[in-house]
Amino acid sequence: MSGTAKKNTKRSTVNRLSAENVTLAYDQRVIAEQLSVEIPDNSFTVIVGPNACGKSTLLRALSRMLRPSRGRVLLDGQAIQSMPAKKVARTLGLLPQSSVAPDGITVGDLVGRGRYPHQGILRQWSTEDERVVQESMRQTGVAELADRYVDELSGGQRQRVWIAMALAQQTPLLLLDEPTTYLDIQHQIDVLDLCAELHETQGRTLVAVLHDLNHAARYATHLIALKGGRVIAEGAPNDIVTAELVEEVFGLRCQIIEDPETGTPLVVPAARKARTAAR
Amino acid sequence: MKTNRAVRTPGGLSVRLDVRALVVVLLLLLAAFGASVLLIGTGDFPISAGDVVRTLLGGGDPGQDFIVNELRLPRVLVALLVGACLGLGGALFQAVSRNPLGSPDILGLGQGATAGALTVIVLFSGSANQVTAGALVGGLVTGLAIYLLAWKQGVHGYRLVLVGIGMSAILTAVNGYLLTVSDIVDAARSVVWMTGSLSGRDWEQVWPLLALCAVLVPLVLGNARALRMMEMGDDVAGALGVRVERVRALLMVSAVLLTATATAAAGPVSFVALTAPQLARRLTRSPGPNLLPSLCMGATLLVVADWSSQRLFGADQMPVGVVTGVVGGVYLLWLLVSERRAGRI
Repeated sequence: MSGTAKKNTKRSTVNRLSAENVTLAYDQRVIAEQLSVEIPDNSFTVIVGPNACGKSTLLRALSRMLRPSRGRVLLDGQAIQSMPAKKVARTLGLLPQSSVAPDGITVGDLVGRGRYPHQGILRQWSTEDERVVQESMRQTGVAELADRYVDELSGGQRQRVWIAMALAQQTPLLLLDEPTTYLDIQHQIDVLDLCAELHETQGRTLVAVLHDLNHAARYATHLIALKGGRVIAEGAPNDIVTAELVEEVFGLRCQIIEDPETGTPLVVPAARKARTAAR
Repeated sequence: MKTNRAVRTPGGLSVRLDVRALVVVLLLLLAAFGASVLLIGTGDFPISAGDVVRTLLGGGDPGQDFIVNELRLPRVLVALLVGACLGLGGALFQAVSRNPLGSPDILGLGQGATAGALTVIVLFSGSANQVTAGALVGGLVTGLAIYLLAWKQGVHGYRLVLVGIGMSAILTAVNGYLLTVSDIVDAARSVVWMTGSLSGRDWEQVWPLLALCAVLVPLVLGNARALRMMEMGDDVAGALGVRVERVRALLMVSAVLLTATATAAAGPVSFVALTAPQLARRLTRSPGPNLLPSLCMGATLLVVADWSSQRLFGADQMPVGVVTGVVGGVYLLWLLVSERRAGRI
C-alpha cells in the first residue's frame, strides 16, 4: 500500500487524508472558509479549539458526513464525495457523537454491524467477519460482555463497545468525535489509552476532536489548533503548545509546565486574581 | 447473537439467518392461512375447512367452486395483501422515524386518502374505481406533503409525529366539511368507505395490489440491511457506507405507495400499520426493523380481524376497520402509557 512509503513525511508528500480549501457551512451559517488541513499518515492527530471553532464540523467534513460548499476533501488522492460509499467506509471509520444503540441489541450484534461495508447481500456473515468481531472485542476489552445488552452497560463500557464497532470496520484511518464526552476521568483516560494503543501497535491513523487541552497534549502526536474556522497552529504538542498560543486560541492566560509523568506540555490556568487584574 | 446462524457455502457466500424470526414468520404464515380458510368458510353458506381447502386446490362441486374461488377468495386475498402492505409500510415508517408512533395512522395518511376518496364521492359522485384512484392520489399527496414538511435533513424523534398530527387535524377538518355538504346517499357511502371495509372485493382489486407487492416487497427487503444500520443514527450509518439520504427517500416512497394503495383498496383500516410492527418485534425479540415478520403480522391481523368481525356480528354487518380500530386503539393507549413509564414521552 502507498501508505508505508510515506511514513514520517509530514508535509512533503501527499498524505492519505486532507482537506483542500474547504468552505464548511450548515445551511447559510458559514463555519470555516478556505480551510486546508493535512492529516499526517500514521499520526494520532488531535483537533482542539474553543467551542464553536469548527472542530467537529471539520471532522464531519473529513469523514464525508458534511459536504463542503467549496473545496474538497481528498482521500488517497480522490475527492471523497465522489467515491463509492462502501469503499470509503473500508478505508475511513468514524465514531460520531450521536449514536443510538437500538433497543435490545447485544454487544456482539452491535460490534458485528461494523462489518457492514465488507458485506453484501450474498456475503452476509463470513468466517472473516466472525474473526474480526472477536478480535475487535478483545482489543477493546469487551469480549466477555458479548452477550450482554448494550443498554445495561455503563457509559465507559458503552463507549468501548462503539469503538469496537468502529474497529470491526478495519479501516486504516479512524476518526473520533469527542470520544471522552460524558465519561468520568478514569474512563476518559481509559478510552484515550485505548486510542494510543491502537495507534502505536497497529499503526492506524487516528484523528480525534478533544475538549481537554491537557489530554490532547499528552496523547497527540500531531496537534491542530483551530479558532474561528482557521488553523492557528499545528505540529507536535511539544513544539507548538505555548502560553501565547493558549491565550490566542482560548483567550486564557496560563502557564505551561512540563507534565511530570510524560514530559508533554501541561496547561495551568493563571489564578483568578492574576487574570482579573490583567483585565 | 444466540439465535443468529450463519449459513455458508464453500464458494464464500454466506447468509445470516435469525432462527427465531424465521420461526415467527412461518408460524404467522400458518396462522394467516388457517384464518383465511376459516374466513372463506364463513358466511351465509358455511363451508367446512376441509371442503374449502379441497376447492382451493381445484376439487369441490361447481357451487362451492363459485362461492370459494369467485366470491370469497378475492376478498381474503385483498385482506391478506392489504394487511401485508400496511404491516410493511408501518414497519418502514417506524424504522425510518425511529419512533413507534411514526406510523401512517398517526401521520394522517389515512385521512389524506379519505379526503381524496370523499372528494370523488361528494363532489363528483364518481364510480368505485374513481374513488379508489382518488384515495390513492390523496394518500400520495399527503405523503409528499409530510415529506416536504418534516423530512428535510432527516427526521428526529417527535418532529415527524407532530407534523403528522397537524396534517391529520387539517385533513379531518376537510373530511368533516365534505361530509356536511354532501347529500345523504353520498354521506352514507362516504361513511362506509371511511371505516375500512373488505366486503364486495373481487379479483379486480387483487391484481394491482399483487403487482405492487411483487415490485416493492423485494425492493424494500433488499434495503433492509441498510435500514438496520440507520437505526444507529444517520452518522453511524453514513460512516458504515450507507447512502442514508438515498435509502431513506427510496424506502419512504415505497412505504407511502404501500400504505396509500392498501388504503385505496380497503379504506383506512386503522391501526394495523401501527400495531403489526410492534407485535412482530415482541415476538421475534430482535432489534432491527423486522420487515418480513411485520408484513406477515399485518396480513394475519387483518384476516383474523375480518373473521372475528364476521363471526361476532354476522356476515358484512361490521366493517373490519371497526374491529382493528378497537383493538388498535387499546394497544395505542397501552403504548402511550408504557412509553410514558419508560420516560420517553
